[in-house]
Amino acid sequence: MARIVVITSGKGGVGKTTTSAAIATGLALRGHKTAVIDFDVGLRNLDLIMGCERRVVYDFVNVINGDANLKQALIRDKRVDNLFILPASQTRDKDALSQEGVERVLNELSEDFDFIVCDSPAGIERGALMAAYFADEAIVVTNPEVSSVRDSDRILGILASKTRKVEQGGDPIPGRLLLTRYAPERVERGEMLSIEDVGEILAIDLLGVIPESQAVLNASNAGQPVVLDEESDAGQAYQDAVARFLGEERPLRFVDVPKKGFFGRLFKG
Amino acid sequence: MGIFDYFRQPRQKSASVAKERLQIIVARERAARSGPDYLPAMQQELLQVIRKYVQVDDDAVQMNVDREGDCEVLELNITLPDDKE
Ligand SMILES: Nc1ncnc2c1ncn2[C@@H]1O[C@H](COP(=O)(O)OP(=O)(O)OP(=O)(O)O)[C@@H](O)[C@H]1O
Ligand SMILES: [Mg+2]
Repeated sequence: MARIVVITSGKGGVGKTTTSAAIATGLALRGHKTAVIDFDVGLRNLDLIMGCERRVVYDFVNVINGDANLKQALIRDKRVDNLFILPASQTRDKDALSQEGVERVLNELSEDFDFIVCDSPAGIERGALMAAYFADEAIVVTNPEVSSVRDSDRILGILASKTRKVEQGGDPIPGRLLLTRYAPERVERGEMLSIEDVGEILAIDLLGVIPESQAVLNASNAGQPVVLDEESDAGQAYQDAVARFLGEERPLRFVDVPKKGFFGRLFKG
Repeated sequence: MGIFDYFRQPRQKSASVAKERLQIIVARERAARSGPDYLPAMQQELLQVIRKYVQVDDDAVQMNVDREGDCEVLELNITLPDDKE
């Protein structure tokens, strides 16, 4: 049985796809057989971030409709063993993701995967609801910025009520916060909400903090999940998040303004 | 305070202003989520009734449902304009 995790946020453009690619790749790197599914019907992008856009033949909706089977549609990653991508459909039909169809695909994947990572679209409509509905847990991607935090809280409300677990009378699925695009200098200057501020408002456990980083753009330009850029701050921060996701303890990194260098210290003011 | 003073205020402010605003709106939206479905409509109607008698702001009516043991308490807060003209 796979663990199904939804990467969600409410607000668009906060880093869900970047995170889905990084977390899925990170899990596979640690030997867990992982599938990452793009739920953003009509706006397929995970394929680009994973660098497999030219290998897409069939998509999620093709599998739901029975036009292709999972084996045909899943794209095996060329860099990392145990990593598979299921691309979104480019159809404009918003109802293409039927609940029964999604359930069938997830059930089939569950049989031989350890993790299924669901990259949710923005918003609170069908795609986002379907990405969350069958999840066992959630990673809520939030930027330290008012509209993102507010939308994350709304998504937490949805996670608390609109999942299969809850509808079957179970507990709400656990959700953890991944604070991304964090800029410690700006926090120190009082221009940006701090980890503590966001944590206090959303009141959920913190999975990690990903710094604002040039490495993310470089990675998406190259079609390489940023977690593969092991030298980079964002890559390492995602590695830490994956480790915590798997139950390890890791101190937070890249959350303080870098200490002054030698000369800075010599002339400390 | 002139407009330039506003921009000259210490920068520190913006993140803490953001936090305060978020705390208020998030609390309000959580309350609305957990309350009964008819709450928003009732709030609108109350606003209309009040406006028959006194002109109030859009956010003059605040409602909150609290649970105290087995009891549900509907808390209603109406802010009237302070200066009579
Ligand atoms: N830590 C980061 N540092 C710098 N840029 C980032 C970071 N995380 C994400 N970005 C940038 O933010 C943009 C949006 O990222 P991404 O596509 O992952 O967001 P999304 O939440 O999936 O968006 P959508 O809601 O449209 O699906 C991209 O340009 C990405 O490169
Ligand atoms: Mg996306």
